[in-house]
Amino acid sequence: MRSLAVAHGVAWRTLHNVITNPSLLLPSLIFPLFFFTAFAGGLSNIRHVPGFDFASGYTAFQFVFVLLQSAAFGGVFTGFGIARDFESGFARRLLLAAPNRTGIVLGYALAALGRWLITGAFLTVVALAVGMDVGGDGVDLVGLYTLALILNAAAVLWSAGVAMRLRTMQAGPVMQFPVFIVLFFAPVYVPLALLSGWIHTIATVNPVTRMVEAARGFISGSPTEVALAYGIGLALVLGFSLWALRGLRNAEAAG
Amino acid sequence: MRTVRQPANVVAPLLFPMMLLAVNSGGLQAETQLPGFPTDSFVAFALAVPFIQGALFATMNTGTDLARDIQTGFLNRLSLTPMSGVALLAGQLGGVVVLSLVQTVVYLSVGYAVGVRPAAGTGGVLVLFLFATVVGLAFGALGAFAALRTGSGEAVQSLFPAFFVFLFISSMNIPRNLIEATWFRDLATANPVSYLLECVRSLIITGWDAEALALGFGLAGAIAVVALALSSWALRERMARS
Repeated sequence: MRSLAVAHGVAWRTLHNVITNPSLLLPSLIFPLFFFTAFAGGLSNIRHVPGFDFASGYTAFQFVFVLLQSAAFGGVFTGFGIARDFESGFARRLLLAAPNRTGIVLGYALAALGRWLITGAFLTVVALAVGMDVGGDGVDLVGLYTLALILNAAAVLWSAGVAMRLRTMQAGPVMQFPVFIVLFFAPVYVPLALLSGWIHTIATVNPVTRMVEAARGFISGSPTEVALAYGIGLALVLGFSLWALRGLRNAEAAG
Repeated sequence: MRTVRQPANVVAPLLFPMMLLAVNSGGLQAETQLPGFPTDSFVAFALAVPFIQGALFATMNTGTDLARDIQTGFLNRLSLTPMSGVALLAGQLGGVVVLSLVQTVVYLSVGYAVGVRPAAGTGGVLVLFLFATVVGLAFGALGAFAALRTGSGEAVQSLFPAFFVFLFISSMNIPRNLIEATWFRDLATANPVSYLLECVRSLIITGWDAEALALGFGLAGAIAVVALALSSWALRERMARS
């Protein structure tokens, strides 16, 4: 119960900071929209490439990637906030005051989730407004958004682990760069089958590829590799939970 | 020397454009199968992008360095010396131009390593160096202007996303004639960054294309002249205030 109370307090404060501060809120809304515009708008001709057979069209194909990207970066941006809390001294006071410190990590994770729900809803409304074709039914869409939430949780736990170990805003690239690389080494522009050479090899072994492919399956109404994608996502959450909690211990030890 | 002393200012403009080149050229190779695509190598098509992306980094580096000088009061102390404003700007931009030339060597070397041979030959490579100099000067002067007007490193950094929008809403990933969405094609056509990219791309893919070269050099030159004039004016204003 005590950890839930701490989590509630941390999540409320973090979300309040984001929602009332346009310089934090607007980039997390505008950047996914911008990527969606640039990819779905600029590259729509790719659907004519021989072998491109995504049923719901290129807008839906790119929407899924941008949705997952926004979920991952929503987690990373929350990690920036944790680093900022350490730099300002707030996190140290929080460590002293919290009766159960595990609740701090949980609170930041809940805040990342709440933050991404705003972005995800905004992006979905825009995509539907521009005529995105959704082939999946209600269950498929729940599957899609749940997968995005799992990725969001994995990303915030990864970033929290980094932020709590380094405790400086200069750790931003350390949080962001690996997430960027893993996302963009998945099949971003075309399905996996249309990739060739070294990028195909990397994308095949990239765990995020399975999540992207499964999410695209959900939106087109033909779910694929669902168990594998969820398994990978949950394994990432579990692994990064341990990473974040060890980071918390590291921050505690540093005082 | 200040540019060289800050590894992040050198490494970022070299590394990040190469990362984006790797990701995009791998992911978008299938695009070369579209009828009318000008080459069968997406790396050759995309090699133009690092030139412009690197110049964006130059904008940030120049602007941030100059803003730091303003914030620390160093520029105020300089204003008490007989040093002219032109010399100060030339000093700031000199480092950016040298970095632009280093970037060109790196980008072309990477291109050669993966089999890209500029269609315009050795003469084309020399023109690429000249173009990189003009573009570096133009974007560096824009960064200097932003720094002198705002006096804030954060304000200069916040321009980066805006410049990035210009890069993405251009013919960066696909030729303009193959952009299917009319509104996107219109935006890309109105975007000067498209012509900067197409100037570099013409030398690599097509050979000697007078129109692409004239548009690229004309726009880069115009941006350079306007940005230099604005930054000189902003420097005079800043010096008068300090």
